[in-house]
Amino acid sequence: MNIFTQDKTYTTTLITLAAVTLLIPFCNLMTTENSVLHFSAYSVSLIGKYLTFALLGLSLDMVWGYAGILVLGQGAFFALGGYAMGMYLMRQIGSRGVYGNPDLPDFMVFLNWTELPWYWQGFEHFGFAMLMVLLAPGLLAFVFGWLAFRSRVTGVYLSIITQALTYALLLAFFRNEMGFGGNNGLTDFKDILGFNIQSEAVRSLLLLATGLSLIAALLLCRWIVNSKLGRVVTAIRDQESRVRFLGYRVELFKLWVFVFAAMLAGLAGALYVPQVGIINPSEFSPLNSLEIVIWVAVGGRGTLYGAIIGAVLVNYAKTVLTGLMPDAWLFCLGAVFILVTLLLPDGIVGLLRRRIKPVTEATANTAGQTV
Amino acid sequence: MKTPTFKSRLKTPSDLGLVAVQPSAPLLLLVAISTLARCEIGGVFKRLATLGCLLTALLIFNQPLVAQEQTAAEPFAQALELLRQGSMQEREQAIEQLSGDMRSLSLLQALQDGKLFDFKAQSKLVIAQEIDTGYSLTDPLNGTALPNVERSEVGKINLNNKLRGNIRKIVGQLQLNAPNASVRLAAVKAMNTDIDEKALALLKSHLTNESDEAVKQAIQKILLLQDLNSSDKALRIAAIEALKDLDSQDVVNTLQVIIDKDADGNYLESDSDVRNLAEAALIKIRERMQAYAAVETVFFGLSLGAVLVLAAIGLAITFGVMGIINMAHGELMMLGAYTTYVMQQLLPNHLGTALILSIPMAFLVAALVGIAIERGIIRFLYGRPLETLLATFGVSLFLQQSVRSIFSPLNRSVSTPEWMSGSWQINDFLSLTWNRFYILIFCLLVFTALLQILKRTKLGLEVRAVAQNRGMARAMGIPTARVDALTFGLGSGIAGVAGVALSQITNVGPNLGQAYIVDSFMVVVFGGVGNLFGTLVAGFTLGIANKVLEPYAGAVLAKILVLVFIILFIQKRPRGLFPQKGRAAES
Amino acid sequence: MISETATQEFGASLPLDKQVDTRHGPILYMEDVSVSFDGFRALNHLSLYIDAGELRCLIGPNGAGKTTLMDVITGKTKPDSGSVFFGQTIDLLQMDEPAIAQAGICRKFQKPSVFDALTVFENLELALKTDKRTWPTLFHRLNDEQRDRIHDVLQTIGLSALQRQPAGTLSHGQKQWLEIGMLLMQDPQVMLVDEPIAGMTHQEIERTAELLLSLQGKHSIVVVEHDMEFVRSIARTVTVLHEGSVLTEGSMDEVQNDPRVIQVYLGG
Repeated sequence: MNIFTQDKTYTTTLITLAAVTLLIPFCNLMTTENSVLHFSAYSVSLIGKYLTFALLGLSLDMVWGYAGILVLGQGAFFALGGYAMGMYLMRQIGSRGVYGNPDLPDFMVFLNWTELPWYWQGFEHFGFAMLMVLLAPGLLAFVFGWLAFRSRVTGVYLSIITQALTYALLLAFFRNEMGFGGNNGLTDFKDILGFNIQSEAVRSLLLLATGLSLIAALLLCRWIVNSKLGRVVTAIRDQESRVRFLGYRVELFKLWVFVFAAMLAGLAGALYVPQVGIINPSEFSPLNSLEIVIWVAVGGRGTLYGAIIGAVLVNYAKTVLTGLMPDAWLFCLGAVFILVTLLLPDGIVGLLRRRIKPVTEATANTAGQTV
Repeated sequence: MKTPTFKSRLKTPSDLGLVAVQPSAPLLLLVAISTLARCEIGGVFKRLATLGCLLTALLIFNQPLVAQEQTAAEPFAQALELLRQGSMQEREQAIEQLSGDMRSLSLLQALQDGKLFDFKAQSKLVIAQEIDTGYSLTDPLNGTALPNVERSEVGKINLNNKLRGNIRKIVGQLQLNAPNASVRLAAVKAMNTDIDEKALALLKSHLTNESDEAVKQAIQKILLLQDLNSSDKALRIAAIEALKDLDSQDVVNTLQVIIDKDADGNYLESDSDVRNLAEAALIKIRERMQAYAAVETVFFGLSLGAVLVLAAIGLAITFGVMGIINMAHGELMMLGAYTTYVMQQLLPNHLGTALILSIPMAFLVAALVGIAIERGIIRFLYGRPLETLLATFGVSLFLQQSVRSIFSPLNRSVSTPEWMSGSWQINDFLSLTWNRFYILIFCLLVFTALLQILKRTKLGLEVRAVAQNRGMARAMGIPTARVDALTFGLGSGIAGVAGVALSQITNVGPNLGQAYIVDSFMVVVFGGVGNLFGTLVAGFTLGIANKVLEPYAGAVLAKILVLVFIILFIQKRPRGLFPQKGRAAES
Repeated sequence: MISETATQEFGASLPLDKQVDTRHGPILYMEDVSVSFDGFRALNHLSLYIDAGELRCLIGPNGAGKTTLMDVITGKTKPDSGSVFFGQTIDLLQMDEPAIAQAGICRKFQKPSVFDALTVFENLELALKTDKRTWPTLFHRLNDEQRDRIHDVLQTIGLSALQRQPAGTLSHGQKQWLEIGMLLMQDPQVMLVDEPIAGMTHQEIERTAELLLSLQGKHSIVVVEHDMEFVRSIARTVTVLHEGSVLTEGSMDEVQNDPRVIQVYLGG
């Protein structure tokens, strides 16, 4: 199958993404502030943020939708990628911080540290930082997944220990001694690659980079799920032990997908941080990871583009609702959790498909997607 | 401490009548009210008449006795007068004179605290408490309240340092004769800080009369500590020998001085025998201190474990026995805690009663909400654990936000009744707080009750049958749907009860549940799903592990370490400490 | 400790071409194997030998230990005691399920377990004997030879017309066939076939019997079946299991006339 086509919704999603990614930065770079075609800095950042969330949702759909591993700590990998990017941006500040120390970020000076900890070394180089964006979450996922899948921890047990993982990291990153800025996290960024991070051009380019990453990730994911590995993983989701008797090392396949998804989440985090200008430990909170699950569930899991649609829709609703009546947001989120699981197990995409396709085929497609 | 001073007045016979009536006044009222309550047919007039009679009786009883008191003690009154109006020297005499009389204790204490005033209009001494409009007055001799006055109407009785010192000693001596042993103990301890020959002599003489063991020990300790300062070496050595068996911070401080060096590196104590003995004694005491510290750690661990067990035990039913992942479990605990808060708001004057009533109330509230969740959501999702997880998480968000909207996003304070606050001071190095003690006991009670329910009741039997083989249970005529709802209600109710306990040791707020949900799951998984004893052992183990690690790693890191340990443990033994065996468990 | 288990579980997969030493005749040795679940002895000092190329039928009442025996051979259940060897040299107790499968012992389950979300073709593709590590799997493309092989098997199991259908839409009998097809795709030396004909029509049963008979010689086959007619139609040697150990062994006629067997089956 071609990676560009699957069904209409998939193609539409791809085209919409490409349009948003290319048109918004193009309009903003070409027009002036008063033009009708000009997007405000706020909306550019907001759309950029949605796209990073879409990428994050996509990563979860790989592990949950295809491999059937409900990870309740996907936010941890997102945050780790974000922190790696944040560390690069902190080093870019140089001596322009409040304390004017050329090497140490402000919070370290404040804590009376005299030299940069070893794990901050190298983050002044963009290339190294980008490597760590992928490696740090990848490594954590590798170690954790290796231990978990090898001893055949599955289902809700795995979900709960992934939640414990992100909870433990949340507590750890709150500590000042960790050297990641404690409660306040990393913020007050100035430059990225030598350009002012606040400038409109950089914002537009960040949106462009995010959009392109998302499109590339979607195509890559599509290629993976259509490969034989993708089919093995789907088979594992439905009948894990049977796959073992076919001679596949189930734990290695799960680990592969888990690590891949973690790296994707890390990339999303790295794109998120420069656009919102801060990364702090609250990104590790278990609630954040659960929200990612609901994006994917709302969109429809096991479809890739469903995760993207869900992430954008839920976050748009969040922006609107928290603006209108802040109290209502958690009520809505709670209600969405309940309604989607009870009434809409295949999400919005499932709903669309049922409308479009004959009934028999639709049930065939969704059979076995319940975990 | 109100009661001791009140009781101490009992010693003088002239007060007996008064004191005997005072507590009986409320008693009479109570009789009056209960009599009224029993007058079922009588009209309003009849009731009023009864009340009137009783009140009159009360007044008649009180009147002559007050008069009797005023005429009883002439020299005492003279001393009071001197104290009120005399010069500093005269005051000193007056105080000396008052020292022989138990009645003067509260008066002297007030004087010591600068609360004794001259009420000019009535020419008498009063205890005055500053309030917004002036002073509220009480009689220093019998504690009755007097009308409030303006600032200018009273004048403070001033003291100098010498008098203050005298008073302190006299108060101590008076307290030494108090009937209440804890007052005497406090007096002895207070005397220890500034001791002189006279006080020593007093203590020595008191020692022979003292009946209370704790007071005796305290006095002996002071005498022994004094012996250390004597010039008789044998006496000093004997004192050290005796002191080394005492668990007291004073002893440690004093012995430490003996073995300390001065700035030039010379020992402060010249006698090396005494020094070596003191050092050995210190080592021995420190060893005991370590043991006490260990006991304390274990106690803290057990109490933390009790909290974890309470939080996890309901989950052990819903998750362990029924296999339902209920992410709203923490919020059910939160509901229990808020129920306690509401009960205390309803009964603001009976905190203890409110707390006890909260236990069944919280059980009911949480159980009903639990049953609603089961009937409304979970029953549609049986056999789909991950969906159940998500849906119940939605419920938890819903409950959190409801509480936030109804009560407030801020923490509410739930008070601890008096009998639960404070601590059990075993010695200077070991004290155990009562609230944690009660929670430990409460946890064990709840656990036992739950075990009995599961083992001995019909519901328990049905629960186990449904858990083991749903289809077969249904075939046997067990109404599985009802059993599911009731079991879930039971587990939820216990979460509510756990919330009552939590309200006593932590802040009651919308996030209360979230803080415990991960921990609770860890406990259940660690102990082995479906095994209640496993949950108990796991809870206590994790609690103690947490508290043992805390001194080395800090509270947060200890928690992280424990989490990491469990994560690794599950890798090694996915079925927990006490796995369920059998063919069914294999699949 | 962790690293030790790790190498055992991850590193011990056998090379595909490793020869199984069958010089002494038997390809599968089970000696004195015991398994108990919480006091219940599923296998009780069981010893069983399967010769290379043999077609062996296992019968026995419910709870005799037939499925547990297969679980032990395929690595799903670790026995409490005893030894299980594949040929002379390969200790199956040291290996996990994928390693055993790759070594050439494959299994069809009692309950047909095919992958409902995948098509019939994809189900067979997954079973194909090939490099089953992650990265090669990711980049795997079917070559012509493999494609032909899948189509051959599709022909054999009679599902060519349904190859693009998701397996979830198949009937029970078709799923049984698909699973037999997956067994064929793996081209194993030993096939363990648990209740192959449940849910099949009379015609299908005949074809299954033919298929199994045609496979013997090339493969060693162990069939567990309750249907005595079917067993009679295929078996040379029948082993009767009872309460976790071998009750008797012999031809169908011998076994059926054995008074102990009659007693066990009639519950006397």
